[in-house]
Amino acid sequence: MSETSPRPAASPADSEVERPLRRVVRAYAESRVALFGLALLLAIVLAALLAPWLAPQNPYDLMQLDMLDGRLPPGSASGDGQLTYLLGTDEQGRDMLSAILYGLRISVGVGVVATLLALAIGMALGLAAGYFGGRFDAVLMRIADIQLSFPSILVAMILLALFGQGIDKIVIALVAAQWAYYARTTRSAALVEGRKEYIEAARLLGLSTARILFRHLLPNCLPPLIVVAALQVAAAIALEATLSFLGLGLPVTEPSLGLLIANGFQYLYSGRYWISVFPGVALLLLILAINLVADQLRDVLNPRLQSQ
Amino acid sequence: MSAQQPAQTAALQEAPVKAPASGSPRAPLLELRDIRKIFGARPDWLERLGQRLGWLQPAATVQALDGVSLSIAHGEVVGLVGESGCGKSTLGRIAVGLHAPSSGKRLWRGTDLDALSDAERRRVGLGIQMIFQDPYASLNPRLRVRDLLAEAPRVHGLIDRPSETDYVAALLRQVGLDPAMAGRFPHQFSGGQRARVGIARALAVKPEFLVCDEAVAALDVSVQAQVLNLFMRLREELGLTYLFISHDLGVVRHLSDRVAIMYLGRIVESAPSAEIFSRPAHPYTQGLLAEAPTLKVEKKRFLAIQGELPSPLAPPPGCHFHPRCPYAFERCRFEVPNLAEIAPGHVSACHLNSA
Repeated sequence: MSETSPRPAASPADSEVERPLRRVVRAYAESRVALFGLALLLAIVLAALLAPWLAPQNPYDLMQLDMLDGRLPPGSASGDGQLTYLLGTDEQGRDMLSAILYGLRISVGVGVVATLLALAIGMALGLAAGYFGGRFDAVLMRIADIQLSFPSILVAMILLALFGQGIDKIVIALVAAQWAYYARTTRSAALVEGRKEYIEAARLLGLSTARILFRHLLPNCLPPLIVVAALQVAAAIALEATLSFLGLGLPVTEPSLGLLIANGFQYLYSGRYWISVFPGVALLLLILAINLVADQLRDVLNPRLQSQ
Repeated sequence: MSAQQPAQTAALQEAPVKAPASGSPRAPLLELRDIRKIFGARPDWLERLGQRLGWLQPAATVQALDGVSLSIAHGEVVGLVGESGCGKSTLGRIAVGLHAPSSGKRLWRGTDLDALSDAERRRVGLGIQMIFQDPYASLNPRLRVRDLLAEAPRVHGLIDRPSETDYVAALLRQVGLDPAMAGRFPHQFSGGQRARVGIARALAVKPEFLVCDEAVAALDVSVQAQVLNLFMRLREELGLTYLFISHDLGVVRHLSDRVAIMYLGRIVESAPSAEIFSRPAHPYTQGLLAEAPTLKVEKKRFLAIQGELPSPLAPPPGCHFHPRCPYAFERCRFEVPNLAEIAPGHVSACHLNSA
């Protein structure tokens, strides 16, 4: 290695090798189960997004429902012969397949929106707490401690009891129940990264605090946050389903998966399994897919494996 | 780059290599005056209340620096040597402004830095940069070298977008790296190359004064020599002034005009480089020199400095070195020796000097 040309002339491709993102993609693809999880997740999300075009029926339009078609088993034809209810109908004559597709839409939407909001709030608070420390840090973390000592379902139920029903209220309740996870994770990452010398160097170079926080500190705190967020999407969806199942979530006219399960619950003993079981399977597959993806992300983004 | 700073290069040649602590016609570039640094102090009102009621013990405090004064003339290279935990890194971080001293003054060309407004201090602060020890942790792993080097000059308006590529290329060439590497991420470099990137990042804001905190300690010996040579070359090209912090006497000897020896938060001896290696006055310095590895092919017995560095939580009274000093006598146990000039430009803090 001489002073002027430390490496023999690098090939053009050499300067492009191993961008962090590409490394993550390659490492992710090493697990077939994870790839299956990703494919399943994409399929479910796509189905949820395209529900109005895929679903045979608009389950929220009461005009399209025929009470006479209520509680038909899977594969039955509708009374007017125009539709085949592949997954049966519920007690209001709603096509279960359509209801599940629309329900997925609500579940995924609520889960993602609530997670993104909670992530943004928790991240900002945790970053400030970790970087500045002091009393703000102490107070914030004690609040988070207190909140985490209650089950999140209890926190969400109390809030919904105060606010009433509605999709926006559910999102608020989920955010309130989950911001603390992100705040804690971000803070611990910011504490580790904030002590590294590149942060000191950035301060010496006279960069503004905002620039240091968001351009230098935050990107290096992201890997653990991505993992937590991926797992918490599943938790948020499950929590929303639980709340809806308990009748605290969305109105009956716009059933999410949890409410569909609850609606069919009373018919389980009379052999009409499809009203509860099919939405349950859809919820299970969704959460399974998210967890498979999150698990692999956790392995891939593990800092101890990164140096390899 | 070098063409923009001819005045400094000229100043380097006339700069006094061995500047005495006082009597210089011009103010030193950076002067640290009676710096103290206490870690873990300052209880808040709740803790003070608890202490008053007797529920809480006062928190343990570490006096990392105990009245350290150091002045560095323009163009000078000062080596700061001491064991781990003696406070040399703390002094370096105070010198660049990363830590605030508990008491004491920081003067830049004779003006008190704490008296400046925030904007002025930030501008002056750009002139004082630091080279860090860890070539891995000191570079943001998410930024390409191009952004690592160009970010600060861009923010401070030193360069504009079109000239950025040229500026980065010039910086990389200056530290002996191929400008074609500007698109790489830090993890694609070797330790020595990262060290060079770190140096280039500091040079990007055109500093006059570099604090090198164990800047080569993490590198292989062969790479160390290359980076040290780079420091010397940059000093000549840019007229830089260095505070070179190291535990390695060999590294400091190679580089410094003047060497200051620290022990447990105090400077115990300071002298021109040649003088300190030929005529060390303080028993601690003598011990350090005796421990330094040499090429002599004789049987060597290591016994120069007995014992461990005492805990800075409870430093010994009097001269901090007395529990380990082979010459300690009664006075050393209760009276702190002051730095006194024993030869021109050579100060030492030892009661033996006046005995």
